[in-house]
Amino acid sequence: MGESRVAFDLQIPSDVEYIEGVVELARQRCRELKLSPTKCSLNVPVALTEALANAILRGNEASGGKQVRVRAIISDTDLVFEIVDEGPGFDLDECTVDCTTEENLTREEGRGLFLMRQLMDRVESFRNQGNVVRLTLHRG
Amino acid sequence: MSFSIKKQGEVVVVDVEGQLIVGNRQELKQKVLDELEKGEKKFLIDFSQTGYIDSSGLGVLVSLSKKIREQGGELRLANLNDDLQTLFELTKLDTLFQISDTRERALESF
Repeated sequence: MGESRVAFDLQIPSDVEYIEGVVELARQRCRELKLSPTKCSLNVPVALTEALANAILRGNEASGGKQVRVRAIISDTDLVFEIVDEGPGFDLDECTVDCTTEENLTREEGRGLFLMRQLMDRVESFRNQGNVVRLTLHRG
Repeated sequence: MSFSIKKQGEVVVVDVEGQLIVGNRQELKQKVLDELEKGEKKFLIDFSQTGYIDSSGLGVLVSLSKKIREQGGELRLANLNDDLQTLFELTKLDTLFQISDTRERALESF
């Protein structure tokens, strides 16, 4: 990824009310980087909202005492978000549902991971001092 | 972020101002269900002032559509910008909802 710098590094409580503020900060960084309007207003906000909601509601089970860490890292080629929760982690492939099939189309839930993977260039999930979801978006 | 509801003829029109996401989707759901309980049947959600929608927001629209249909009513959508249109196409929800370019066209379609 070449030389990189941290654009922001935050800890938020496990409450979905904090999501919008983090996403707005990320959008500002996207605009500063002159990413395309669609990346600024669709790809990043939606994928980051999904990752934060998963971390808060599933990883930390909305437990008040648990924190979610979110870092944005910028390189010459990529914008990377790392979202870390205190949960046990999950298998990305096993948990991703194709929400476009006939039987899944009318389900209320199950679109989050699908959307993250559609809107980002790479999505990874692994353990490193917590459960980490890493979203990578090419800047070009 | 806010939701405003008004009646245009026989249609309950809901404007979504800001984002429709995990933090506020229940508020939208409750407002629409309250109108449904009062006997309203025709619903239009207008997204002309909406930023982005996450999977929870999309899920609420699917859920409301089902509940309204079960009561013999209909939910239609209007004014999706290009990003929101892309979101509906990615999830194929554009095949589930009747979507109009403008509020006027949507109102005429009921």
